[in-house]
Amino acid sequence: MSGHIGASAPAPAMPVPVVDAVGLARVFGGRRAVDDVSFALHAGECLALFGPNGAGKTTLLRLLAGLLAPTAGECRVHGVALRDGPAARGHVGLISHASMLYGALTARENVEFAARLYGLSDPGSAAREALAAMRVLDRADSTVRALSRGLQQRVSIARAIVHQPRLLLCDEPYTGLDDAGSAALTSALADRRASGAALLVVTHNLGEGLALATHAAIMRRGRFARLERRAEVDAASYASEYRELVTADG
Amino acid sequence: MADVVAVPPGMVTAAWLVARKDLAIEFRTRTAFFSAIVFALMGITIFYFAWDATAVAAIDLAPGVLWVIFTFSGLLGLQRSFAVEQADRSMDALLSAPIDREAIYLGKALANVLFVTGVQVVALPAVALFYNVPLGGIVVPLAGLALLAAIGIVAVGTLFSAMAVNTRLAELLLPMLSLPFFLPIVMAAAQTTARLLAGRPVAEAWPWLRILLAFDLVFLVACTLAFPYTVEE
Repeated sequence: MSGHIGASAPAPAMPVPVVDAVGLARVFGGRRAVDDVSFALHAGECLALFGPNGAGKTTLLRLLAGLLAPTAGECRVHGVALRDGPAARGHVGLISHASMLYGALTARENVEFAARLYGLSDPGSAAREALAAMRVLDRADSTVRALSRGLQQRVSIARAIVHQPRLLLCDEPYTGLDDAGSAALTSALADRRASGAALLVVTHNLGEGLALATHAAIMRRGRFARLERRAEVDAASYASEYRELVTADG
Repeated sequence: MADVVAVPPGMVTAAWLVARKDLAIEFRTRTAFFSAIVFALMGITIFYFAWDATAVAAIDLAPGVLWVIFTFSGLLGLQRSFAVEQADRSMDALLSAPIDREAIYLGKALANVLFVTGVQVVALPAVALFYNVPLGGIVVPLAGLALLAAIGIVAVGTLFSAMAVNTRLAELLLPMLSLPFFLPIVMAAAQTTARLLAGRPVAEAWPWLRILLAFDLVFLVACTLAFPYTVEE
């Protein structure tokens, strides 16, 4: 099942969705990793995406980040099609399993480099603010390879939010974070949503995902098997329904 | 966090940012540069002791040695060019930034040209010393020639480095793909160097220089245009 979040709202008053994916598909060889996925997220909304390994969650994130070209369908970010050039990518931030940092550079240099790539007018201040938001400013001048895995993840998140993206894509963002790091991330995500950004969070932790979400989806075999508003989800029964869905494949 | 003003950088600015970042990493680690320098000096030394001075005159041997050393030591830098983006998937961050893919290639190529030129600056005097070659009057044309050849080597090598880095046999694949394309560069550069060392006028090497110029132009444009297709999955 594919769906369109908020599709029932009256059309004339409808603001431009932060992200609007229509019929997205991606085929690797003969395998459809993402198959006809459609959804839209508006400012302040957060979609928690669950699914077993190999369901296509990371591929979907890479399509939305502009790292993969879709085999079919289209994705618009803030009204700009990703396939129309680099401009749409400027509205997207990506937090991934990998830190995407340069070990030989300091935390500050890494985040400032990202700020410059996104064309921020004051990369130094923006980097300082992002590092402070992730509570890692005191280690800003340490080389990344000298930081622990958890601190690297915090710097990686600072890199992803330094340009204050309108769409923040998070692939298991809490992995490797301690309590302080998790609190900083939760605060940063709340800050982004309050600023009008939309979030898409991929996680295997149902409780964590549902706590953040305004919408929840379960992905299976490249498709949305379920897509609903968080308010319609009963957290207690969702876990068993999720298990039933993902084990139905055998 | 306060609102930010963002105007994504243009092609030239983005390329410079990528080049500056690569050079900062190399300056910080110095691994590839020192490896290339050591390789170049060892190569020059081995060629020197393997050479029968009674059979081949130094002036005849030096151009070949010079360009073999430049070519192979340059490969070490090219190998590292995209390897630094692989360790923690930094390439994803570059590709998801609002810059043209071509700017990534041009930035990498610029950093690689400076790398290869740096190796040449050390290796050239070493060859002159070992082979007793007088460089006095030809330093400027030889420097220009070295730069032209470096641009050609880097134009092709940077593209192949991006293609090879995701394969299991990256360290083997890069030389296998690149060396056949380096052949016209090495031929033209060695022939021009031989004429310069023999005290012949630069005009005599013009046909070879034209080949180098044409190679640089064609491959720089072609590889820049081809690069986005090599990194898009």
